[in-house]
Amino acid sequence: MTQPLTTVTFASVKLRARTAVSVDEWGGGMTTAVTGELSKDLRGFRVVQRLAYECAEAVAARLEPGITEREAARMQREWLRERGVRDWFHLPFAWFGDRTAFVNFRLPLQFFPTHRRLEPGMPFILDMAPVYDGFTADIGYSGSLGINPVQNKLMADLEAHRELILREVRERRSLREIYEDVDRLMVRQGYANRHRAYPFGVIAHKVDRVRQRRWSPHVFGFGTQSLKGLASDAFHGHREGWSPLWSPYRSSDHPPQPGLWAVEPHLGFRGTGAKFEEILVVTDSRDPEQSAFWLDDDLPWGSPRARSFERGGERRWAEDE
Amino acid sequence: MTVLTGARERRVRTGGVELCVAELGDPGQPTVILVHGYPDSKEVWSEVAPRLAERFHVVLYDVRGHGRSTAPRPLRGGFTLKKLTDDFLAVADAVSPDRPVHLVGHDWGSVQSWEFATVQRTEGRIASFTSMSGPSLDHFGHWINKRLKHPTPRRVGQLLGQGAKSWYICLLHTPVLPELAWRGPLGKRWPKILERVEKVPGNGGYPTSSLPTDAAHGAWLYRDNVRARLRRPRTDAYAHAPVQLITPLDDAFLSEKLYDELELWAPQLTRRTLPAKHWIPRTRPDRLAAWITEFVTSVEGGRPRAVTATGKYADRFGGQLVLVTGAGSGIGRATAYAFAEAGARVVAVDRDAEGAARTAEMSRLIGAPEAWAETVDVSDEQAMEKLAAKVAAEYGVVDVLVNNAGIGLGGAFLDTTPEHWKEVLDVNLWGVIHGCRLFGKQMAERGQGGHIVNTASAAAYQPSRALPAYSTSKAAVLMLSECLRAELAGRGIGVSAICPGFVNTNITSTARFAGVDAAEEKRRQKKSARLYALRNYPPEKVADAILRAVVRNQAVVPVTPEARGAHLMSRFTPRALRAIARLEPPL
Repeated sequence: MTQPLTTVTFASVKLRARTAVSVDEWGGGMTTAVTGELSKDLRGFRVVQRLAYECAEAVAARLEPGITEREAARMQREWLRERGVRDWFHLPFAWFGDRTAFVNFRLPLQFFPTHRRLEPGMPFILDMAPVYDGFTADIGYSGSLGINPVQNKLMADLEAHRELILREVRERRSLREIYEDVDRLMVRQGYANRHRAYPFGVIAHKVDRVRQRRWSPHVFGFGTQSLKGLASDAFHGHREGWSPLWSPYRSSDHPPQPGLWAVEPHLGFRGTGAKFEEILVVTDSRDPEQSAFWLDDDLPWGSPRARSFERGGERRWAEDE
Repeated sequence: MTVLTGARERRVRTGGVELCVAELGDPGQPTVILVHGYPDSKEVWSEVAPRLAERFHVVLYDVRGHGRSTAPRPLRGGFTLKKLTDDFLAVADAVSPDRPVHLVGHDWGSVQSWEFATVQRTEGRIASFTSMSGPSLDHFGHWINKRLKHPTPRRVGQLLGQGAKSWYICLLHTPVLPELAWRGPLGKRWPKILERVEKVPGNGGYPTSSLPTDAAHGAWLYRDNVRARLRRPRTDAYAHAPVQLITPLDDAFLSEKLYDELELWAPQLTRRTLPAKHWIPRTRPDRLAAWITEFVTSVEGGRPRAVTATGKYADRFGGQLVLVTGAGSGIGRATAYAFAEAGARVVAVDRDAEGAARTAEMSRLIGAPEAWAETVDVSDEQAMEKLAAKVAAEYGVVDVLVNNAGIGLGGAFLDTTPEHWKEVLDVNLWGVIHGCRLFGKQMAERGQGGHIVNTASAAAYQPSRALPAYSTSKAAVLMLSECLRAELAGRGIGVSAICPGFVNTNITSTARFAGVDAAEEKRRQKKSARLYALRNYPPEKVADAILRAVVRNQAVVPVTPEARGAHLMSRFTPRALRAIARLEPPL
């Protein structure tokens, strides 16, 4: 199984590969031609993304009526700190009830966890972006305390967005166009676009390796190291005509830029919101299969495993009743 | 003699009187006991009882001294709540000895049923209680006391308001006079009064010929209980069964404010309201039967509710049948969702089958007990007739009709071809005409009220050089709604015209533009879609306005500030509006 020499630009590191490596060991069954060096890098990202999802599942399993958003955010922070996370792309968020759909959000400060208490049947979203060993993850985890048919529907419909985004990135469509297509699909599904509420209205943003420092402060919940990386990307991108923020604006009117993108489409429907967020790897390979792929296809959401398990581990309330 | 066809009658002896009890339906089913009010006999339920008998064992009885039950001797002291409770227990034991019964009371039937549902000795005998137009005298007493002891302006207003409605209670306390009136002229004229003032359809043996005696005896219900209870209301009058409260909003005798704090007394309270006068068992039997059936079924089934309606107007629209055209997207879809959240059964009509199906599916998820999608082009007369027949046969008579389907057409009048005109009038005007004609007729024939909402537009009164055909069609819809409102007012059917301004829906991306080629049309669609998106007025707010318009029975409702502004200008500064009409739109 030999393939022609492939150049893969990835996270601003240029690598050359002479041999193809099957990436089946990643669990996704996706074959891509990358070197051991690259897969080692990706493996680092994958490890921290898995860690984040484990945290989300662990915290979601511990949520019970009466817990506040702040407590849920603290649980995520502590869980990850215990496992060696020292820096953050952003601190963990938690949204409960209609805050999952950002109802009446006007100020960015409203994203931060509040004293809103969780009630049975309420939807929730946990969103965290830990940096571990210099690798960044940024994940979103939607669930509900007990049965919430609306959110289940939203989650099922999010899978169409996941497929759409991957397909169109592989087609090398302009990011702005993809954004508009996602928007159109949402309208057809009857949902509101809630990622427009995020800073700069982004559906995705780049993530990168972060230098480990002994002291890593954060401003407004965002890690300074990561912000620095983003700012430097924005600076280079501005010169080269691309942006590390995937927004509906002209700045995103360019084909997908190789690198790691944390994609986070967020649907809202009358006071219930749901999102997924995971890392999409974009390379400059000509082979469409390898030009873009999800970093990990075996996550607790969207994967066959999740479907058979009925989306995450937070269903125990339904079982208790 | 009785108008209750197929009823099995029996006599129950209790406390020196003999009660006439009628039964309908399968005795194996849950028992529903209907208690009539004043001045009535059990025949007041003659419309409701057969509808309930399809599902339940329905029992009605004449309260002592009424109808064909005998009166106590002497009358004074023979009508106390204690004795009425004895009667109820005797009937319940006779018709359903082993199972608790579901109690339904109207007017004085509800007043005494409150006593049954709150005293200790009936505990375990009552499974549920549906109350209409009759508060507990104890709750009423506390309500008055609270307002007398801490009189804020609002409370004084409420007190005076209810006082003005309770004048007849004072009259009934005078000796002999009421008896004379009832046995004399009042008794003779009562059916006509009911028909004219209370809009009770005069048919089918109601009121019965026993009315003068019923009313004369029934005066003792007031004399024996009202003063005593209002002076010293019981402090332990807590309901020991789930209660459903049905409040007619135009009741001439009871203010809805009476029930403001009812949750304190009846913790498991389900509220329902309907726009009707006092005699709802006569005027709204379908609605009552549906609500009683739903409530009784849910109580029997241990009240399992997977999805509950949480909407603001759930008390009003719960279980009602709502048909929305153009429900596949935009305002129609948002309206369907708003009604679904209020617990209504939704029929989503659209020519886009996928969109309609989607709306129906999501409606079921957010609170609609049932929702269906129908793929129909509203401009197609035959298809609409078929739809009307199907809806009537399978889902029932529509309670709220929302004629919302519409298309946009821009471009100068001189560029607009007859085909363009036909297209826009077919959907925007004829669609509304068909809807009103077919479903309005069903509503009128049923004779139990309803509401029609037509989506017009601010363009209906704001002239413009950009939308001549569209504005014409919408102006026609506005006038049609106003005329129809006048015509149907007498039948209890309200008609509202909604006039939204620029609302962010996909009407812009499907709108046609006359006098331009396909590419330019596409460009203008995109441009107008972008402008509407910038304006960003959500269709959900229009949907809220629609529900509010139905609840308040508003005639013309401009939505969005620009629509309200234009509406005011059309009245007070029409010349300025005409000047605006000459402006070229930025497309």
